Amino acid sequence: MTNAWVVATIVAVIAGVVGFFVVLRGSAFPAHAIPNGAFAGAAGASLIGVNTLFGLGVFSVLAALGIGALGRRGRRDVVTALALVVMLALGAFFLSQTTEYEPEIFSLLFGEVLGIASNEILPVAGLGVACLATVAVLYRPLILSSVVPDIGEAKGVRAQRMEMAFLVVVALATTMTVPVVGALLIFSLMIGPPAAARSFTNRPPVAIALSVGIALATVWASIAISFETNWPIGFFVGTLSAFAYLAGRGWAAWRRTGAPRAVPSESRAPLVAY
Amino acid sequence: MHWIFESGFFSSHPVHVALFVGSLVAVVSAVVGVFTVMRGQSFAGHSLADVSTAGGSGAFLVNVNPLLGFVAGGVVGAGAMEMMGVRRARGRDLATGIVLGAAIGLAALFLYLGTTRSSTTGASQQILFGSIFEIDGSTVAIVAVFSVVCLVIMAAVQRPLLLSSVSTDMAAARGVPVRLVGLLYMLALALAVGLSSLAIGAILSTALLIGPAAVALRLTKRIGRAIVAACLTGVVSVALGVLLAYDSYDWNSSHAAWPVSFFIVVLIFLAYLATELPFARAAAARRRDDDPMVPAHGDR
Repeated sequence: MTNAWVVATIVAVIAGVVGFFVVLRGSAFPAHAIPNGAFAGAAGASLIGVNTLFGLGVFSVLAALGIGALGRRGRRDVVTALALVVMLALGAFFLSQTTEYEPEIFSLLFGEVLGIASNEILPVAGLGVACLATVAVLYRPLILSSVVPDIGEAKGVRAQRMEMAFLVVVALATTMTVPVVGALLIFSLMIGPPAAARSFTNRPPVAIALSVGIALATVWASIAISFETNWPIGFFVGTLSAFAYLAGRGWAAWRRTGAPRAVPSESRAPLVAY
Repeated sequence: MHWIFESGFFSSHPVHVALFVGSLVAVVSAVVGVFTVMRGQSFAGHSLADVSTAGGSGAFLVNVNPLLGFVAGGVVGAGAMEMMGVRRARGRDLATGIVLGAAIGLAALFLYLGTTRSSTTGASQQILFGSIFEIDGSTVAIVAVFSVVCLVIMAAVQRPLLLSSVSTDMAAARGVPVRLVGLLYMLALALAVGLSSLAIGAILSTALLIGPAAVALRLTKRIGRAIVAACLTGVVSVALGVLLAYDSYDWNSSHAAWPVSFFIVVLIFLAYLATELPFARAAAARRRDDDPMVPAHGDR
C-alpha cells in the first residue's frame, strides 16, 4: 500500500507539471495519443518478452517523434489521429499474437496502482526526475513559444524544435505513468487538474503549483476511495478530474459576473508580460 | 489467382458481411470525415469513438442492445463537447479532452462491473478493438438504417456546413445558423462514429473517419472530388484489408490470423504517406494553381 501512495504521488506531480504545458499549448490530442501508443509498446514488449517499461518508452518516444515530424507539414490533429490509430493497430496486432491473459491488458489500459512492487518505484522516480529536469531547463523558452510563438521565433526559440522537445517530455511522462494509472487515465490527470488550475490563476508558477496540488488531491482521493469500494481507480481519477475542471469553470464564471469588472480575469496578459 | 484469394474467400459469409458493413461504414465515415478534417475536429471525432464505447459498455452492463448504448453515448458526448466547447480551437480541444477523460473513467467502471458480475471475459477487448468478422445479422440492418440517416443529415446541411467550415464569419454574415448547423454536424458525427465503433471497433472508426478524408484533401481542394476520393480510399482499404486478414490465416502454421484492423490502418497510413511523396505534392500544388479557390467562396 505504501508503494501505491509513493508512486501515485510521483505520478501526480509529473502530470500536474507536464499537464500545465499540455493545456497551455492546446496539446490535449497528442497527450491522449502518446499514452495510447505507448500501450501498444507494452503489448509488443510482452510479446517478445522484454521489460514492459522498455516497450512503453520506445513506443511513446516513437509516437512523439512521429507526430512531431509529420506535423511539420500536415495538419497537426490529422497527423496525431493517424499516428494514434497506427499505434493502436500495432497494439491489436501484438495482442493477436500473444495469449496474454485479459486482466493484464485491462490493467495496462486502466491502471493497477494497488499492485505496485517495491522494485518498480526506482525506475519511475528516475524517469520522473528526468522529466522534471527537462521541463525546468525548457521552462522559459517553452512558455514563450507556447504563448507567443512569433516573439519566441524572433528571440531565437524555434517553435518546431520546442514542439518536438515538448512531445518527448510528454512521452517520458507517459512511460512512467502508464503502468501506474493506465494509458487511458494519465490523460485525464494531465488535462483536468491543469485546466482547473488555469481557471484560478494566470501566473504560470502559481498555476503549476495549483495544478500539482489538484492532481495530488485527485490521485490520493481516488486511491482511498478505490481501496474502500474496490472499484477501478481510473473511474475516480477520470470523474474527479472532470469535476475539478467544472469547478474551475464555475469559479471563473462566478468571478466574471460576481466580481468587480475592473479586473479582466480572462485576459492572458499576465502570461505574456511574464 | 489462388495465392491472392485464399480458397473460400468469395463464398465465406463472414467475408460478405465484413465487406458490406465495412464499405458502408467507410463511405459514411469518409463523407463525414472530409468535414471533420476541414474543421480541424479530428480529436472530437476520435474521442466520440471512446465516448460511445463507454455508452456501449454501460449498455452491456444493464443488458440492453449495445447499439443503443453506443449511439446514446456518442450523442450525449457530442452534446457535452458542444456545450462546454469554447469557440477557439484550443478551448474546444480542452472541452473534448475533459469529456473524453470522464467517459474513459466511466468505461473503466462499466467494464470492471461487467466483467466481475457476469464473468464474461473478452468484453473489454471486444469493445475496444472490435472485429469486422464477427458482426451478427441484426447489427447489419441497424447499421444500414443509421448510415442512411447519417447521410441524409449530411446531404441536408452540406452547403451551409461547408460555408461555415471554411469561414464561420462569412457564413454568419450570410444568415447561416452556424450554431444549428454545427450541432447537426456533431449529431451526424456522433452517429457515424458510434455506428462504426460498434461494428468494427474504436480503432478502425477513427482510422476510417480521418485517414481517407485526409488523403483526399491532400489531393484535391474541391469538396465534391474530395468526398469521392475519400470514399474510394476508404472502401479500397477496407476491401484489401479484409482480403489480407483472410489470407493471413495461412501465413504461419499456428493459424493465428492477423487482425483486420491492423491491415486496414496500415493501408490507410501508407496512402497518407504516399501523399507526402514529392510527385504527389507537386501534382496537388499544380492543381491548386489551376483552381485557386474552394467552391465555398463561389456561387456555383
